[in-house]
Amino acid sequence: MSDLKKIKDEFLSKLKGKLNIAEINQIKSDLFGKSGLISTQFKKIATIAESERKKFASDLNIVKDELQDLISSKINEIESNEINKKLEKEKIDITLPERPFVRGKIHPVSQTIDEISSIFSEIGFSVEEGPDVENEYNNFTALNTPENHPARDMHDTFYLDEKKQKLLRTHTSPVQIRTMLKGKPPFKIIAPGRTYRSDSDQTHSPMFHQVEGLHIDKNINMGHLKGCLNHFIKEFFEVDKIKMRFRPSHFPFTEPSAEVDIGYEMKDGKIIIGEGNQWLEILGCGMVHPNVLKNVKVDSSKFQGYAFGIGIDRLAMLKYGINDLRAFFDCDYRWLNHFGFDPLDVPSNYRGLSR
Amino acid sequence: MIITFDWLKDHLKTNLKEKNLLEQLTNIGLEVESVESISANNELFKVAEIIKIEKHPNADRLKVCDVNIGENEIKKVVCGAENAKEGLLTIYAPPGAIIPKTKTKLVVAKIRGVTSYGMLCSESELNLSNESDGITELTMEFRKSIGKSYFSKSKSNLIDLSITPNRPDCLGIRGIARDLAASGFGKLVDLEEKKIHSKNKHTLRVKINKEKGQGCNVFGSCLITNVKNCESPKWLKDKLISIGQKPISAIVDITNYVMLDINRPLHAYDADKIEKGIIVRNSKSGEEFTALDNKNYKLENGMCVISDNKGVLGLGGIIGGTRSGTEFDTKNILLESAYFEPGSIRNTAKKLNLDTDAKFRFERGIDPLSIEDGLNKAAKLIKEICGGAISKIDIQKIETYKTKKIIFDTNIFEKISGFKISLKEMIKILEDLGFEVKKDKKRLKLVVPSWRPDISQEVDIVEELVRISGYEKIKYIEPIKQRKKSTLNKYQKLFHFLQRSVASKGYMEAITWSFTDKRYNDYFRDTKKEIKIINPISSELGVLRNSIFSNLILYINKNLDRGFKDLSIFEIGPVFDDSNPGEQNTVVCGLSAGKKSRLSWIEKDRNVDVFDVKRDVLQTLVEAGYDSEKFFVDSETPSYYHPGKSGRLFLNNKKNQIAAYFGEIHPNILKQIDIKTEALVGFEIFMENLELPKKTQKDLKVKFSFSDYQKSERDFAFIVNKEVKAQDLINTISNVDKSLIKKVRVFDVYEGDNIPENQKSIAISVTIQSSERTLNDNDLEKINNLIIKTVENKTGAKIRS
Repeated sequence: MSDLKKIKDEFLSKLKGKLNIAEINQIKSDLFGKSGLISTQFKKIATIAESERKKFASDLNIVKDELQDLISSKINEIESNEINKKLEKEKIDITLPERPFVRGKIHPVSQTIDEISSIFSEIGFSVEEGPDVENEYNNFTALNTPENHPARDMHDTFYLDEKKQKLLRTHTSPVQIRTMLKGKPPFKIIAPGRTYRSDSDQTHSPMFHQVEGLHIDKNINMGHLKGCLNHFIKEFFEVDKIKMRFRPSHFPFTEPSAEVDIGYEMKDGKIIIGEGNQWLEILGCGMVHPNVLKNVKVDSSKFQGYAFGIGIDRLAMLKYGINDLRAFFDCDYRWLNHFGFDPLDVPSNYRGLSR
Repeated sequence: MIITFDWLKDHLKTNLKEKNLLEQLTNIGLEVESVESISANNELFKVAEIIKIEKHPNADRLKVCDVNIGENEIKKVVCGAENAKEGLLTIYAPPGAIIPKTKTKLVVAKIRGVTSYGMLCSESELNLSNESDGITELTMEFRKSIGKSYFSKSKSNLIDLSITPNRPDCLGIRGIARDLAASGFGKLVDLEEKKIHSKNKHTLRVKINKEKGQGCNVFGSCLITNVKNCESPKWLKDKLISIGQKPISAIVDITNYVMLDINRPLHAYDADKIEKGIIVRNSKSGEEFTALDNKNYKLENGMCVISDNKGVLGLGGIIGGTRSGTEFDTKNILLESAYFEPGSIRNTAKKLNLDTDAKFRFERGIDPLSIEDGLNKAAKLIKEICGGAISKIDIQKIETYKTKKIIFDTNIFEKISGFKISLKEMIKILEDLGFEVKKDKKRLKLVVPSWRPDISQEVDIVEELVRISGYEKIKYIEPIKQRKKSTLNKYQKLFHFLQRSVASKGYMEAITWSFTDKRYNDYFRDTKKEIKIINPISSELGVLRNSIFSNLILYINKNLDRGFKDLSIFEIGPVFDDSNPGEQNTVVCGLSAGKKSRLSWIEKDRNVDVFDVKRDVLQTLVEAGYDSEKFFVDSETPSYYHPGKSGRLFLNNKKNQIAAYFGEIHPNILKQIDIKTEALVGFEIFMENLELPKKTQKDLKVKFSFSDYQKSERDFAFIVNKEVKAQDLINTISNVDKSLIKKVRVFDVYEGDNIPENQKSIAISVTIQSSERTLNDNDLEKINNLIIKTVENKTGAKIRS
C-alpha cells in the first residue's frame, strides 16, 4: 500500500468519529500543517521519477481534495450545530403583537367618485369641476329655470346674499354651463361634486354629492343616453345584467326628460340590485334643452346631446349596503373604518373597480 | 295630486284594472308616488243605533251605551258626548279602525274601569265636517242601514301622483284621463254641454284696472241669488272624502270639486258683503286684510287683489278673505272664475309665504279658456243643491288669449328619440292630447291646446310623442370605448394623489359639510371674512367654513367622547374666502390627537407632536413630486396654531405662496372647546398654492446617474445662539460645495449642562462624495475646514471641540 492510500484510509476513518472542533483542527494541522502528512507528500513530488511524477501528483491532489472537503463539511456541521444550540435559547413568544401600525381609509364617497370616473373614462368622458358657490344665473336661469319658475321650488336653496344672486349650487348642472361657455362642442364630460339643499331629515342631508354628465355632439340621441347609462349602471354595480326603466319626467334643462329606475329586491335584509320587481329611482336625465344650448351659444340645429345627474351618495349606499345618508357626514371613526377603503385600493379600468 | 280610479272613470271609459293603471300612469310621466287603501278602513265605520244608555259608575260626564251594530250584535261603548241618547242613529268605529282625523288606531280600552269596545264618532273625527260637539247624528233614513258601512263602498285606492311642474293640466282628474286615453288606456268621455241659459242680469259691477303689472287678465263671474247653503249631498261628500278632502259646505265643496275635476279654481263670495262691486287692482303698500286662514296679511305694492269700495277682499288666485267668505247663511253668491298670471301669483305668494291649492295651480298656469266651463259647471251644481237663480255670465278682460301654433318637422322626432313612429301614429297621439293637427307633407301644423302652457317649440312635441309612445321604445346604443382626451387634468391628478397619500399615512378620510358653526369657525377664521348663509337650516350651520379645522375639531371631539384616544382624520375639500363663485380654495386638512404607541409592550408611548405632522406634510408633498431639498420653513402661522410649535412651509425660498401650515393647535382653543386629549396637532396643505410639479414621471425617469466612488461621513457639532435655525445651518453647509456635499442631517440638538445659556449645540452629519474620483484625506480635510469656516462666519456658530 502506498503511503498515500495509508494516509487517506487512516484519516477518513478518524474523521468518521465524533470529533470536536479542536480535534478537527488538530487533524487539519496533522495533514496540512507545515510538516503535515499531505504537505510532506507534496514536497516529495520533485523527487519522484519523471515517469511516475504525473500520476503521483494527480493521486495526491485527489486525496487532498477529498480530505479537505470532509474537514470543511465537518467544521460546518459543528458550527451550525453550535448556532442552532444558541438559537434554541433565543426563542421568543412570536404570538406577541407586532409593532403598532395605523391604517388610514378613503371615504366611501371618494371611492365611489373614483369608481364613477373610471367607468366614464373608458367611454371617453373627462372630468370637469365647478365652484360650490354659484351665481343665480348658472344655477337656474341659464338652465332654462327663470325666476318664478315653479321648478325652483324643487330646489330648497341656500343663499349667501339678500338679493339671492349668490347661492350654494343645488345641483352639479351649472358645470354644464361653465364647460360649454368656455369651450366649443363636442363636449363629453362628467362633473362630480358637492351640492346643497336646505333640506334635512333621515333621507336628506343639506349637503350631498352629485355627478353631472354631458355629451353634446352631432346626432347624439336618446338611444345613446340609454346605452350610456345602462353601461354605467352595469359596470358600477359589477353585474352582467340590469333591470332598468326609463320613465318620462320633467327637468327644465332637458327635453325630453326621464327618470331612471333600477330593479331590486330585498333578500335577508340586503338589497340585491338588478333583480326583483321593485323599482328604485337613481337618476334624472334627458336631452339638453335647446334653450340651454342657446344660452351657452351652441348651435342647436347642429349639435344636440344628453345630460344626466346622479346622486353619488345614493349609489354608494346601494352598492355598499349603507343605510343612513346622514352617517356619511357624521365622521364617526367606527363608521369610517368600517365603510372606508384602503388608499391603495384605487379603482381602475384594468384592475377592476373593487377587489 | 291624489286621485282614485273611480273618479277617473267619470272621464275615462276603460275595462282595465287598477294594476294596469298604476303602471301606465308612471309610463306616461305621471309618477305614482304611493297607493294607499282607505276603503278597507272606511268599511269598518258602521251605521249604529244606541239602544240603551247607563251612567258611567265612576265618571259623571261619561255614559255607557249599548250599541246595536246590526244582526242583533250589541257592543258596549263608553261615550262622553252630550247628545248621545237612546234611539240615536250614529256612526260606530270598532277596535282596529283608524280614526281619519287623528290617524290613531282604536283598541279595546278600559275607561275609568269600564271596558269600551270601540267608539262613537263625531263628524270632525271622521273628517266629515268641523263639527266636534257631540257624536254624529244621522237621519232616520239610515235606520235600514244599521250594521252597514257608513261610507259608500269604494274599491278605489288613494293614488298619489307626483305631477311635474310643467303639467298643470294634470292637476285635474280630466287632464289625467286625457293623457291616459291618448296612451291607449281607455277612451276619454265627452263632456256634456252644461251652458247656463239665463236671462237674469248680472247686477254687480266688475272692473279690472289697466295698470302696469296687472296680474289678472280675465275675470269671469256670475251671480247666484237666493241660495240656501247647506251640507253637500252624500255623493259630493263621498267624492271629496274618497281623495282625503274634508267636506265643508255645499258651496265650498262644489268649487273644490270643480277645481279637482277639471283643474279650474273658482272662488265664491258672499255678494251681500261686497260694497258696490269688484275692482281687480294692484295693492298699495300697507293695505291689510284677513284671509280665510284667519291670518292677517300686510300687502306690498303691486300685488293682485280683488277689492271693493271698502278695501281688499282677497288675493286673486291665492286666497279669499274672511270679510266676503260664504257661510251657511249666505244668500247671494258671486262666483269668480279668472285667469291670473303665474309670475304675479308666485311673486305675491313668495313674499307673503302663502301656499294654497289655488296658488299651486295658478302659478303653473290654468287653462285660460276654462273660465266659462268652470262657471257653468259650478253654477249649475249650486243651483241643483242650494237652489237660487243664476245670472248671465259676465267676462271682463284686458287681454285676449292667442292660440299657440307650432310647425313641426316630423324628421326631428327620430333625430332626437333615435326611433321611428309613423306619421299616422304621430297625428293620432297629438289629436288625442287635444292638438289641432294639419298635415303639410313632412310637416305638421299644430295648434297647441290652451291647457298646455308647457308646450311652445318643436322639442316639446317630440317629448309628447316619445312619452305617449313609451320610453321603452328607445333603443340602447352601446357606448364606444374610446378616449380622445385625458380623463383628469394635472390638477385633478394632484388632488387624487394628495388624498390617497395622506390616507396612507394613517389618516381616516372624513367628508364634512361646507358650512359650520359660527363659534367654531371663529376659532379658525384668523383674518378671513365671515360668510353668512342667509337661510341656514340651523344657527349651528350658519356660515361657510373658512377652514376645515372648524369641522374636524368638532368631530374629533365627538370621537374622543366615544372613547377613542388616538385618532387621525383628514378632509380634502373647499374652504371659502368670500361669497363670490370661485373665491374658494381646496385644502387638505388633517388633525391628529393623542399618543403614538399607546399601550404597546414593545415601544415607549409618546404624544403626537409637531414633527409628526411636519413629516406627514413633507412626505405627502415629496410623494406628490415636490423637491424637499428646496422647501423653506419658517414659523409665521395663523393665530389658531401654537405660536412656538408650528410652521409654515414654502415649496422654495422665493416664498411666493404658502404651501402648508402645520403645528399644535393653540391650547386656548382646546380649553374653550373643552377637548380632552394629551396632544392635538394638525396641518393644512393649500392645493391651489402648489405649483403643479413641472416634471412628469416621464421626465424624471429619463436619466439615471450615480457615483460609485467612496463616500465619507463627517460629524460636526456646532454651538450656536438659540435663535439660529437648523434649516439655516443645513442650507449653509449644503451650499459650501454642492457637487461634493450629498446629504446633511441633524442628528442631535442639545441645550443645558456644558452649553452656555441662550445657546444650543447642534450635531450634524455630512455625507461627502465626488462623482469623479475617490477623495483622499487631503480633500476631505479641505472640505471639513471649509464647512467649519463657512458655518462659523455665516451663523456665528462655534465648532465644539
